[in-house]
Amino acid sequence: MSFYLAIIGSKDNAIYSLDFGTYRQGGDGTSKFSADVRQLCPFIVHSSLDIIEEVQWTNSAMHLKVIDKFYNYLISAYVTSGNIKFLLLHETRADEVIRQFFVDLYDLYVKTLMSPFYSVDQAITSKVFDQRVKMLAKKYL
Amino acid sequence: MSKLPTPSRASSDKSSSHPGFAVRSSATSSSLASRRATVYDRNMNRRAPDLALSTFAFLFSEMVQYSQKNVKGVQEMENRLSAYGYHVGQRVLELATVREIKNAKRETRVLGLLQFINTTIWKAIFGKVADALEKSKDQEDEYMIIDNNPVANSYISVPKELSSLDCASFQAGVIEAVMDGCQFPAKITAHSVPTELYPLKTVFLVKLDPLVIEREKYMR
Repeated sequence: MSFYLAIIGSKDNAIYSLDFGTYRQGGDGTSKFSADVRQLCPFIVHSSLDIIEEVQWTNSAMHLKVIDKFYNYLISAYVTSGNIKFLLLHETRADEVIRQFFVDLYDLYVKTLMSPFYSVDQAITSKVFDQRVKMLAKKYL
Repeated sequence: MSKLPTPSRASSDKSSSHPGFAVRSSATSSSLASRRATVYDRNMNRRAPDLALSTFAFLFSEMVQYSQKNVKGVQEMENRLSAYGYHVGQRVLELATVREIKNAKRETRVLGLLQFINTTIWKAIFGKVADALEKSKDQEDEYMIIDNNPVANSYISVPKELSSLDCASFQAGVIEAVMDGCQFPAKITAHSVPTELYPLKTVFLVKLDPLVIEREKYMR
């Protein structure tokens, strides 16, 4: 199974993205997207932003669960109180696990925000952040 | 304590003029860098003990003096103070949410958000809730957050010629950032309304963007 994670800022700008695979069932943590799909990932994920914009006002939860579908792929979304969106493209439905993943990712994001050298909506380039996200992926997905 | 000897050894390596050591010391320092505690290693739920008011007052007085330089008028100075507060607000909003992640939700209505600012945000920064939240009688898009004793004003005495200045603009900036972050754009201004009992009393006037009012009507 493969995943594509994107963090979108409050101005709908991309802050961070990562594609990875599962470690379960003998996976090695790398994504198995075909070349075409890999290119499409950002488009699929970004196109669900419109749906989020509607749902976020009727549902006050942070985890909006699966909000969009694209053929076999599902898109889960999590919106923080500062309107930063976490989007995950995945293949099977697993709301609870994904929620835990998002909550821990939120923790990491806020830690980034606590750095005085980071400002809201700036792209996250930290290697440590990258490493921690991969650890979370390994733990939950 | 266990960390202390390592850097000192690295520095002694560096001080030696032997070329062989120079290579090794650069290797040691790079591995040190990778082991160094980052912001990601910190625990966000462990609250530091409350900061002394005098420390805040000292820092804030420097900020006020700094923002006094090269400004044309009171308005511009208040804008600067508000901009400092904005940075605080952006961060406090997310931090307060993460600390209450168990029952965290996004605020989707104006009143809910104002109450969140009034209680949660105020408590997170100033250790107390704001004294009142009022809706303007004649303006549909105006709300007032009232603080009888704003921390930012506690040790500020405003000279007569600047009587319209309210340094609690800093706190207005915090409110503005929280409102903006939650997608409720608004203009917040601080007005001092001294009373006999509370000489520092400040009213934060929240003027909502027409867009918010429109959305609020639509959601009703």
